[in-house]
Order: sequence, then C-alpha cells, then structure tokens
Amino acid sequence: MDDLLREFLTETGESLDTVDVELVHFEQEPNNAKILDNIFRLVHTIKGTCGFLGLPRLEALAHAAETLMGKFRDGMPVTGEAVTLVLSTIDRIKQLLDQLERAEREPAGNDADLIAPLERMVVDAPSAGAAPPPAAAPAPQGTAGTLAYQVLERPLRPGEVALDELERAFRETAGPDAEAAAQAAQAKAEKPAEAEPSADAKIANQTLRVNVETLEHLMTMVSELVLTRNQLLEIVRRHENSEFKVPLQRLSNVTAELQEGVMKTRMQPIGNAWQKLPRIVRDLSAELGKQIELDMRGADTELDRQVLELIKDPLTHMVRNSADHGLETPTERRALGKSEKGTIRLSAYHEGGHIIIEIGDDGRGLNTARIKAKAIASRLVTEAAAEKLTETQIHKFIFAPGFSTANAVTSVSGRGVGMDVVRTNIDQIGGTIEVKSTLGEGSTFIIRIPLTLAIVSALIVEAGGDRFAIPQLAVVELVRAQTNSEHKIERIKDAPVLRLRDKLLPLIRLQSLLQIENGEAVEPENGFIVVTQVGSQTFGIVVDGVFHTEEIVVKPMSTRLRHINMFSGNTILGDGSVIMIIDPNGIAKTVGTVAVQAALDEEANAERRTGTEEVTSLLIFRAGAAQPKAVPLSLVTRLEELDTKKVETSNGRPLIQYRGQLMPLIRVNDQVQLKSEGTQPLLVFSDEGRSMGLVVDQIVDIVEEHLNIEVPSETPGVLGSAVIKGHATEIIDVGHYLPQAFEDWLIRTEKKLKAKARTILFVEDSAFFRNMLTPVLRSAGYAVTTVSGAQDALDILKSGERVDMIVTDIEMPGMNGFELAEAVHSDERTARLPIIALSALTSQDAIERGRQVGFHDYIAKFDRPGLLAALKEQVATMDEAA
Amino acid sequence: MSIGNDNHSGSFIEYVTVMISGQLFGLPISQVQDVFMPERLARVPLSGPEIAGVLNLRGRIVTAFDMHCRLGLGKRATDRPAMAVGIEFRGESYGLLIDSVGEVLKLAESSREPVPVNLDPHLARVAAGVHRLDKQLLVVLDVDRVFDSGSEVAAA
Repeated sequence: MDDLLREFLTETGESLDTVDVELVHFEQEPNNAKILDNIFRLVHTIKGTCGFLGLPRLEALAHAAETLMGKFRDGMPVTGEAVTLVLSTIDRIKQLLDQLERAEREPAGNDADLIAPLERMVVDAPSAGAAPPPAAAPAPQGTAGTLAYQVLERPLRPGEVALDELERAFRETAGPDAEAAAQAAQAKAEKPAEAEPSADAKIANQTLRVNVETLEHLMTMVSELVLTRNQLLEIVRRHENSEFKVPLQRLSNVTAELQEGVMKTRMQPIGNAWQKLPRIVRDLSAELGKQIELDMRGADTELDRQVLELIKDPLTHMVRNSADHGLETPTERRALGKSEKGTIRLSAYHEGGHIIIEIGDDGRGLNTARIKAKAIASRLVTEAAAEKLTETQIHKFIFAPGFSTANAVTSVSGRGVGMDVVRTNIDQIGGTIEVKSTLGEGSTFIIRIPLTLAIVSALIVEAGGDRFAIPQLAVVELVRAQTNSEHKIERIKDAPVLRLRDKLLPLIRLQSLLQIENGEAVEPENGFIVVTQVGSQTFGIVVDGVFHTEEIVVKPMSTRLRHINMFSGNTILGDGSVIMIIDPNGIAKTVGTVAVQAALDEEANAERRTGTEEVTSLLIFRAGAAQPKAVPLSLVTRLEELDTKKVETSNGRPLIQYRGQLMPLIRVNDQVQLKSEGTQPLLVFSDEGRSMGLVVDQIVDIVEEHLNIEVPSETPGVLGSAVIKGHATEIIDVGHYLPQAFEDWLIRTEKKLKAKARTILFVEDSAFFRNMLTPVLRSAGYAVTTVSGAQDALDILKSGERVDMIVTDIEMPGMNGFELAEAVHSDERTARLPIIALSALTSQDAIERGRQVGFHDYIAKFDRPGLLAALKEQVATMDEAA
Repeated sequence: MSIGNDNHSGSFIEYVTVMISGQLFGLPISQVQDVFMPERLARVPLSGPEIAGVLNLRGRIVTAFDMHCRLGLGKRATDRPAMAVGIEFRGESYGLLIDSVGEVLKLAESSREPVPVNLDPHLARVAAGVHRLDKQLLVVLDVDRVFDSGSEVAAA
C-alpha cells in the first residue's frame, strides 16, 4: 500500500475516534465552542486530505458534515437529530475507510442518502432558529476568502453544493444574534492563533510515530537480554568472589531499567480502549429508551498495548450488557424511587502488579433466583447442590458457556454468547473476573489483569524428574506435606485432599496429570503442595520439589503443541534449559471436574473467614512446666519422635544421628530431661543445612491463633506470653537456642559481638512476620527493636534511641513503608539512615517507587538469605564510611 | 511435479541428505536452516509420540520431531547421539531428529520419479518423489507434509 495512503488511514482513523467522543460531549454541552472547534478542525482536515488524495466520495461526505458543523459554529441550535446525522456520516466515512484499506481504492457508489438530509438541515436551519435573520448580516470572515475560488473547473461531485448556493445559505442562516456570533467567531480566531499552534508544534516535536513492529522487536530483544542476564547471574552465583560480580550487578540494573523503559513504550492509557464507549452508550440509550450516564475514571491508567487490545472487546461487551440487562427503564427506575438516569461506571487503577477494571451500574442487580433456576435447567448444577450455594457462587454461573437469563434477545445482547466469551478472553491473558451484585442496587464486575504478558515471575518446580514453571500470580502459598506433620495428605475415596487451616483442599499430582510417572514408587503422603488459586477456585498441585522463583520470558509454544491446555507456553531458564510453563487455568479445569464440591465447601469457608484477623499456625508443646509453650509453626522444619537409644553423648553434649548428620540436642530449659526410654519428641529446626533438635516433653497440638504477645519476657529463650486457646502460653525464641546448637556458632557469636553496635529498627505490622524475622535477625548478630507501625518507628527515632538501620514492611495500615521512608529522609538527623524494604510487592513499579523514596534495598518478604545479605552489605558500607 | 510448477523452475535441486533408520532421505537445501547436535532435550508431557521434545538452540526454542516416529520406523535407538536438521516452518523453529547427515547432492529435477504406490503409507504421505542414485534410493521429503499431517498421526 502507498505510504501516503497508509498514513492517511491511520491518522483519519484516530481523528474519527476523537470526533465520535467529542460529538457526544458536544451534544451535552452545545455551547462549548472549544469542543466544536476541535471537531470542525478534524473534519476539515479529513476533507482536505481526501481532496488531496483524490477520494471524491469521502471528500463529499466530509464536506457535507463540515458544512453542517459550520452552521453549529455560527450559532444554529444543536439538536439530537443533527448530531445523530453527523454521527452516521462519520460511521459511513469509517466504512468507506475500511473498504479503502482492503481494496486500496475508494469503493464505487454514492452517499446521497446521507448528504441530502445533511444539506436539508443546513438549508432548513434558519427556520429552526427562533428569531428571523437580520436583513444585512455581515458575511463571516472565512466566507470572504472562499469567494476567490468561485469558478469550478469541473462538474459538481455528488453531495457538493455550488458555492453560490452555499454562500446564500450562509447568509440566510446567520444565527439569531449575528453580533454575538461574529464576536464569538472573532474570539475563536484569536484564541487558536495564540495558543493552539504553539501547543501543537510542541507535541509534534516531542512525539514520534513508531511502527508497532519495531517496538515488538525491541521488546523481544530486551526479553532475550533478560534471559542472558539471568544466565550470567546463574554462572556468577556458582563462583564466589568472581571479579564479574560488580560489573554484572551493574549490567543487571541497566537491563532492568531498559526492560522497564521498553515496557513503558508499550504502555497505553486504558482510555484508548474506552474511546468508543461514549458513542456506544449514546446509541444504546437511544435504542433502548433508557437514559444512561457513562462515568469513566482512571482513563489514564496505563497498561501493555497487547493486553489493551485483548480487553477492548470484553469491555465493550460488558458495557452493552450493563446498559441492556443491568439498567432499568426510566419508568421502572421512577417507580423504584431512583433517578431516571442510570449510571454505568467504569474505573481503572493499579494494584500490585495488576490493573483492576471495574464496570458497575446502579441498575437492578443480578437476579439470583433466576440464575439459579437457569443453572438447574441447563444442568450446570443439581437442585440439591444449588440449595447449598451462596449467592456469590450462584452469580458465578453467568460466566458459564451459553448462559443468558435475558428473556428477550435484543439486538444489543441476550444471545447467551456473552459473559463466557468475556471470561475466556480474560482468562487468556491470565486475568480474573468476579462479580459483586446487590439486588435492586446494581452489579459491579471486577476484572483483574496483569500489567504485561511478556515477562512473568514463576515458581520453578519439579515433577517426575522434569522441571516446570508455575506463574507466581496463581500461587497462594507453598505447603510441605509429610506423614508426621500436621499437613498430611488424606484421601476421600481416591481423591487426595489436604486439610489446610480447617478447609479441605483438593489435590492433584502434577506427575499423574501430565502422565509422566517415572515408575518410581511415589510416596503419596509426602511432597510439596503448591496452593494455587484460579478465579475463586483453590487447589493444591503436588510436586516433587520446589526450586526458586525466576523472572521468565513467556515464549509461545509451537503450533504443534498448542493443543495441550496444561501449558501456556515455554521458556528458557537461566541455566539455558527449556521448560514448559504450567497453565493454572488448564489445571483448574481438570480439577474442577474432580473436586467441585470440595472447592465449593472451601469457598463457603473462605467467605465466612473474610474479615477475621490474620492468624498464625502455632505449635503447642510442653517442656519443663505445666504451662504450655508455643513456637510459630513456620519456623519448625519437622516434628520427630526418635528412639531414645539413638541418643549419644559427645563432649558432654547429647547428639543424635539424624538423616546422615549429627544433630545436637538442646533442652528448652533445665527442667526438661531427656527421656531414658521409649521415644523422645523433638522439634527439628534446620538452617543452611544444619539441624538442631529441641528437646521437649510433649507435643500437644497445632492451633491457629492470632498471635499477640501481651507480656514480653526477660527470661532468655522466651519472647513473651500470649493467650492461646484460653491458656497463657510462653512463646519461645528460637533465636536463643540456635547458637547453643551449632559448633561453628561461636564464630558467628564473635561476629555478633563485633556487630553488636548495629541496631535494627524492624517495622512490621504483622505479628507473624515480626516473630518470624526477629529471631533470624537476632541470630545473625543484630540488636533488634521491633515496632508494629510506622508511627511508632518515627517515635523511636525521635526519642534518640540508637538505630543503625531500618527494615520495614511496605504495606501497613496507616502510614505505609514509602511514607515512612520519606518521613525518615526528610528529617536531617535520620536522612542518611539505610532503609531496607521488605515486601511481597516486588513489582517494577513498587521497586521504582522504593528507589525514589530512598530505600537502599528491596527484598521479598520470604527471602531470608537475601535480607541477611542486604544487611551485611549495609554494615560493610557503614564500616567503610566510619 | 510437471513443468510450470514454481518449485521446479530450476532444472537442478540441491538436497541435504540424511539417514533415518538406514534409509536415505533428501531435504531441499532451501528449506534447511542449519544442522546441529540436539542437546538437553526437554520432553513435553501430553504431546504426541513424534514430538521428541523442546530444546534451546542459541536462544530460540526449537520443537524437535522424532523422524523415526514420524515416518513409522519405530522409536529411535538411543544408544548413539542423534543429529538434527533445523527447519523454519511458518515462522516457527523445528528440528528433525535423524541418525546422521550426509553430503549435499545436486540432482536433476527431471530424474525425480513419482513415489512408488506400494510404499509404506507413513512414508508415502511425506514423500515428494524418489531419486535413483548409484547404490541406493533417495526419498525426497516434503517438509510441509511432515508438519501438516503430523497431528493426524498423533491423533490416530
């Protein structure tokens, strides 16, 4: 295709979209001269370009529309009818452009059907005006210029009007108040002259049209770069003290920034996908006889253009749905005491690495009874099962294929090919959709989609000797299942389930799902469980091993493999091997058929649970005294009961051979005695390949409790007391026992003495993380002051208490970590204090923001070695500075 | 196969010759990207038997086809390393696993003979003709058909 023509098509397409939106605005604000000017200018440009390129049909249409709009500009009253006519003209122009794009020439035919009414409206205009035209209205300035070209050297094209005639019409139709119109025209002429051209020129200089393909290619190359960087990092990780470490760190940072930069070029405001909606809603409101207001918020929220393309259609569809099914007719609304005008609200915002789009209406809401009846009729659920479902669960049926409760099939919607298609589209881009609805008050659809599709964080797991990647997005938590632990795989008939915090989780073995049983005897009761959530469905994927998380570049699978719906793509890992990426949606479908009921039960539980405070799993045991003691279960590696005969003594210390290693046994306190016969219960703690056995009298229970240490303790080894299941319980400090166990801990203790001066202020709202990380920090030799909120932290800093470093959570109620960092750095006394952020939020956005507010490092919440390394680095910097 | 077909406008075509299970095959050189030793082949669960796996070839993910399976010659003997012929087909990279690669032969288009009617159907489906060489026969592989009908075989 001719470059010129292609340019024209792109530009005109964009201009027309703008015209669409602006016209709808204009109809609502007929006196806004700025909007009209804008429309007029766009249509005028289109007309001019068409003439230049020799496209008579388009030119004629644009010309007729422009003439009518010229009338508006001159003060002709704006009627809905006229706007509709202009809109249909725009539509026709779009159709012609489409055909032009395909055939590369203008299609034959004429548009008298549109041009005639347009002209009629122009000519009839004076009669529409209230006042009779003044006899000698001065000709507008612009008209004088056109007089020079009065002689046409060709016959009139269809839709064209002879200039004489036009001139006559112009004179006759000068608005009711010619003077005002002239003034307005003058004002208009002045304003653009001074403001607009300069603004336009600026924009033209600062932006550049780039072919999408170029950007895509750039993105691919950056993705490759990320992969190569990962490979290098992997290699360097194997060589301690490599001289490449520093330059590689630099390369790594540059790569990350480059990646972010390229991502940005692909970002587009979501408003682009919304552009057509005002027009659609306007047409719908006319067609359905409803008054609809479209309220759009967050149109400048940006997301990847690939994602944008994919959600455009679902969004349009859902807005149509809201207009058709959601909103009532004005009569109904009046009867219900609502305002006649219904509202459809669209909003978009960022949350974590996601974009949330909400489409809500204030209409009638979902009719639960009807959906239930329809679901039973369509055999999606049995009548008995349906009775047990909650409202939310029933509402979910609207996403089932072929589901529609609309009584009448209208041209707008109701054909039952709606919401399931929407969901499929959203599933495809790894998003989720849910619906919240209250009868009589309206419904809101909440779509959650990832910011970008190209690079995702994934958990690398092993099953049947092969490795696979599971997108982190879907992973809720990891559970180690063992025969002796509280996390035990049980069976209901043949279906394996896991009892996890009072709910049953359906389990599926990745190995059998992928049919890669390698003949080895599998221990059905052991393994790692990746707790996965897809939409509202939660299930556990049982794998043989879990490695680490890695940023992976999703590469599409070969077409020959695309039929396997268990995989969403493949990728190259840092070590160069190719692995398949598991598609949680595909697995969910398989699990769904197996364990629907279990999932439903679980979900009902989840609903009951919402709103309760965060709870911690605690292991309750007795040691020495009758009073129970507890330790956060997450710290305990294993619970063991070992034969007392195996206990040996070396150097006066009890030891036991455990998994091929000598494990020191430490008593919780002096009252605890090693048993002389039978079995000895032990809590095994492992860290960096070493294990310690904590000798207790009896393991009592595992409970879920909101851990709140009420009475801090001075006794070494005891963090304090808390009320657990009605009993005052001592929470033990694991950090106290670890140094007693390891031989080489002495070396660490020395370090500890050296590092004694280093005090960490640890800010964390969750008691769980406070309790988990405080011992880790202490045992690494730091003095730790913990506070539960940013405000407390600031108080401590103000009090002048010694603090060398701050480790803080990001998401906290009240003041968050970003704000804390800003506050700390704005005070000159503490401006140079290193701050390490700790968060589950490790999106690029968050990291960037962290860098801006001055975090010295950014560590994922569960990355204990990472945290210690970061602290060490800060200490080293401080030592250097000292 | 007759005059006027674009593929055969030249009177000579160069073939990369490969051995699969003792039989000599020829692939038009214009369709062959490279020849490589397949390393670290990762199997793809739930895929058809002719998919040997996926591998990383200089940063590209290549889907490897087991030609033994594809041609109905049984599983490839795993005792010696395979070779692979890299082919780009509709924008995607594929590797055909074969036993060994031979020389490049320049053969006259006119000497190509139609596929014998009694050829094994697996073979016949992907063969575009036969050349008689001095000591043996060379079966010309039609690359499009190797990929196209593969799914039917997998389904069967």
